[in-house]
Amino acid sequence: MVEMRKITKEFPGILANDQVSLVVNKGEIHALLGENGAGKSTLMSVLTGLYRPDGGEIFIEGKRVEFSSPKDAVKKGIGMVHQHFKLVQPFTVAENIMLSIKELKQIYNLKEIERQIIGQSEAFGLSIDPKAKIWQLSVGEQQRVEIIKLLLLGAEFLILDEPTAVLTPQEAKALYTTLQKMAVSGKSIVIISHKMNEVMENTNSITVLRDGRSIGTVQTKTTNEKELAKMMVGRNISSTTGKTLSAKTDILMTLANVSALGDNGLLKLKNISMDIYKGEILGIAGVDGNGQKELAETVAGLRSAKQGAISFCGKDCTKSGRKKRINLGISYVPEDRMTTGLVTELNAYENVALKSYRKYPGPFISWDKVKHDSEQLIEKFDVRLASMSNPVKMMSGGNIQKLLLAREIESNPKLIIAVYPMRGLDIGATDYVRRLLIGESEKGITVLLISEDLEDILSMTDRIIVMHGGEIMGVVKPNETSREEIGLMMAGKRKVDLHEA
Amino acid sequence: MKRKLLGSWEIKKTNTSSGLKKVVISVTSIILGLIFAGLFVLLTGKNPLELYTEIVQSSVGSIYGLSETIVEMIPLALCSLGVSLAFRMQLWNIGAEGQFYMGAFGATYFALFFSGLPKLVLLPLMLLAGLICGGLWALIPALPKAFWNVNETISSLLLNYVAYLWIAYLVYGPWKDPKGNNFPLTKPFSDNGTIPVFGNTRISYALFLMFIIAVILFFILKHSKWGYEIRVSGSSRKAADYAGMSYIKNVLLVMFLSGSISGIAGMAEVSGVLHRLQQTISPGYGYTAILIALLARLNPISILLVSFLMGGLLVGGYSLQTSGFPSSMVSMFQGSILFFVLAGEMFNNYRLVRKKA
Ligand SMILES: Nc1ncnc2c1ncn2[C@@H]1O[C@H](COP(=O)(O)OP(=O)(O)OP(=O)(O)O)[C@@H](O)[C@H]1O
Ligand SMILES: [Mg+2]
Repeated sequence: MVEMRKITKEFPGILANDQVSLVVNKGEIHALLGENGAGKSTLMSVLTGLYRPDGGEIFIEGKRVEFSSPKDAVKKGIGMVHQHFKLVQPFTVAENIMLSIKELKQIYNLKEIERQIIGQSEAFGLSIDPKAKIWQLSVGEQQRVEIIKLLLLGAEFLILDEPTAVLTPQEAKALYTTLQKMAVSGKSIVIISHKMNEVMENTNSITVLRDGRSIGTVQTKTTNEKELAKMMVGRNISSTTGKTLSAKTDILMTLANVSALGDNGLLKLKNISMDIYKGEILGIAGVDGNGQKELAETVAGLRSAKQGAISFCGKDCTKSGRKKRINLGISYVPEDRMTTGLVTELNAYENVALKSYRKYPGPFISWDKVKHDSEQLIEKFDVRLASMSNPVKMMSGGNIQKLLLAREIESNPKLIIAVYPMRGLDIGATDYVRRLLIGESEKGITVLLISEDLEDILSMTDRIIVMHGGEIMGVVKPNETSREEIGLMMAGKRKVDLHEA
Repeated sequence: MKRKLLGSWEIKKTNTSSGLKKVVISVTSIILGLIFAGLFVLLTGKNPLELYTEIVQSSVGSIYGLSETIVEMIPLALCSLGVSLAFRMQLWNIGAEGQFYMGAFGATYFALFFSGLPKLVLLPLMLLAGLICGGLWALIPALPKAFWNVNETISSLLLNYVAYLWIAYLVYGPWKDPKGNNFPLTKPFSDNGTIPVFGNTRISYALFLMFIIAVILFFILKHSKWGYEIRVSGSSRKAADYAGMSYIKNVLLVMFLSGSISGIAGMAEVSGVLHRLQQTISPGYGYTAILIALLARLNPISILLVSFLMGGLLVGGYSLQTSGFPSSMVSMFQGSILFFVLAGEMFNNYRLVRKKA
C-alpha cells in the first residue's frame, strides 16, 4: 500500500499540489482524474522522487519514506511511465533497458537482458522485439518498452501518465488487459487519463484533483461519468455539441494520384486522389501508421510528393515547400507537439512567434507585439501557465497542446490540418476544441481532421475518408455509415467490395 | 527539485536566474579557478601571489601592458564571436584557428601582389579576401553537415591542421621573403596594406571592427528574424522544418559567417599587428576563442569582457616566461578557470536555501 499524506508542491508562481492525500491499495488500478494543469503529473512526479515535496509525507506499507531522486523511488519499487517518453532513439530495446538497469544491478549481458525482456513480455502480454531500434517502433510499442523497463527494475507500484492518449483503441484495450494481469499478480497501478469511459471500465477507484487540491476518492462501481465530470470542473458540464451536416461543393484543394515515401524510404502513400471542399470538416480515419501522418505532411508541405499533383485554390502547389504552404494559409497541428510543433526550450511567446515571426516588416521581430498577441491568445484559449517567460516544457501536457492549437487556429488559415488534436486535453478542453473547429468550419475554414477516435470522426465531420496501407478504402458520410462499416474499411476492405458482397 | 545537503541547508532547483547572480557566479568561479591553479604554482616552490601580481602588473599595470592586452583581445574576441554564432545553432565549429589562418592567407595574397593599390582600396580588398577565405574554409565542413548530416566537429578541427600546413608551405616556399635570411616569413606588407594603429601602441583600428561586429551580432541574435531562426534550428531541426525555415540554408549561412568572422581576425592580425605572414601567427587564438565563447554563454557583449581577461592572461603569460615559467602555465590557468566555471554553472540552476523549520 502506498499512501501520500498532505503533499504540497509549489513552483514559482503556482501551487501545483495543495495538501493532496492519496491512498493506493495493493492489487488495485487507481485512476487520477482532473483538468489540464490540475497537478496530476506533478503529484506523481513527487511520488517517483522526481520532485521533492515542499510539505507532506509518503508512506509505503506503513513506513515513512523520503526520496531524493527517482533512483530512491525505484529501490522502493515505484516506477513511472511519463507523458513524454525518455528513450534513446538510435538504441535497441535491450540497450535502452540496459541503460536504466545498469546503475542498479550490474548486468551488462545483453543476451541475459533480452531473455528477461521476453520473459516479462510473455508474462503480461507485452509483445516486443528486444533487438528492434526505438525509432522503428510505434508509440504503443515504445510505451511497452517503458513498462517492461519498470518491471525489470522490480517495480511493484506502476504509474502511467496518460498512457492511452497516444494509443489506438485496440492498443488501449491491450494495455488494460496487461494492467489487469499485473493487478492480479499483486502490483498496484495508478493511471492518469482524460478518457472517462475507459476509466469507468477498467479501474477500481478514482481520485479527482482540481486546481491542485484533492476533491476526493470514490469507488468506480459507485460513481458515474456525470458525477466525475462535476467533481473535476466543479459544475455540471453540458454534453457535446451537435453539428449540422452540410454538403460543400467549392474545391479548396485537390490531390491527384499522389504518392509519397515514408521516413524509412518505403512507399507510404499510394496513388491518393481526393478533393477537399471549402468549409468542410473532412475526417481521415484509419489505424495509426497507415499513411495518415504522411498524408498530413504532404498536404502541409513538409513531405514532397514522389508522384502526382497537388493544387490549392485552383493553383498548382505540388513543388512548394512548407514556407509557401504557410503563406497559402495551411495551418498544421502535428502529432508530435514536443519536437515538431513547439520548441520546448523556448518560452510561450517565443513559440507563438514560430508561426507569426515572418509577418513583421523588415528584418526584425517586434517582441513587444509578440508578447501582447501571446497574452491575448493565452487568455482567449484559457491556456494555464505560471509565466509566459518559462520554457514551454514546464507547462502541463494539456496546456502545451492548447497553446499549439491556439497558435495554429488563430493564424487566419484557410485550411487547418489537425492530427489527433484532442490528445491530452481534458473533457472541458476537448469540448471547447470540438466547438471551435466546428465553428471555424461554419466560418468557411476547412478542417482536415486526422483522428483514431471514431467518436470524434463520426460526430464532427461532413465526410470521412478511410485509409489502409497508404490507400483510400472509401469515402463515406457520417450519417450514412456505421462503426462496423468504417471498422471493416480500416481493416483493409474497400467500400465498393463491401457493397457488392 | 530539492536535494538534501547538510542539516538545515538544502539545494533547491530554481527556474529563474537573474543577470546579477550570473555575473557573481562567473566572477567567483574565475577567482576559485585561479586559486586552484595557484596550488600547482605552490608545488613548484614559487609564490602564486607574486605570480598573479606579476600577471596583473604586466597586463594592466601599465599603459604599455594594457595596450598589449587589447592587442591580444582583438583576435580572441573576433574568433570567439565567430564560433559563438555557430554554437547558437548547435553547430560545433571548432575550426576557428584554421579559419583565422585562411583569413590571413587571403589578406596576404592581396597585400603581396597588389601592394601598389591605394590604401583605401587595398585594405577593404584584403578584408573581403580574409572574410571570404575564412568563410569558405568553414563551408567545407558545413556542406557535408547540411546535406548528409556528417558531424562537423571533427572535420572542422582537422581542417585546422590543413590550414596551418598550407601557410607553412607558402612561407617556406613560394611566398618566402628572399631577403629574410631564410626565415619562414613573407616580405613585409607595403604601408598601403597595413591597418593604422592608435598612437605609438600596437593596437590597430581593427578594434572598431571588433566592436561593430559584436554589436551587430547582439542585435541579430536578440531581435532579428534570422537570429530567431538560428535559435529554433539549434533547438530542434524538426521544428525549424515545420515552421518553414530552411535548415540547409541556415547551416551554410551560419557556418560561412562564423568562419568569415575568424577570417577577419586573421586579416586583422597580419595587416594590423604582424604586417607580414609567417608560419605561426596565432598562439591558439582559435582554440581559446571556444573557451571564451562558452564562458561568455555565447553573449556577444560578455565575449568582449572575457576576451579582455583572457588577453590579459596571455600577456601576463608572456612576461612570466621571462621570469622562468613555462608558457604552458597559461593553458593551465585557462583549464582551471574553465573547470570552475562549468562547476559554477550548477549554481545558476540551483539555489542554497535554509530549510523551513
Ligand atoms: N517544472 C515545472 N516548473 C514550473 N511549473 C510547473 C512545472 N511542472 C508543472 N508546472 C505547473 O504546475 C501545474 C500543474 O501541472 P501538471 O503537469 O501537474 O498538470 P496535469 O494535471 O498533469 O495537467 P495535464 O492534464 O495538462 O497534463 C501547471 O500549472 C504547470 O504549469
Ligand atoms: Mg500531465
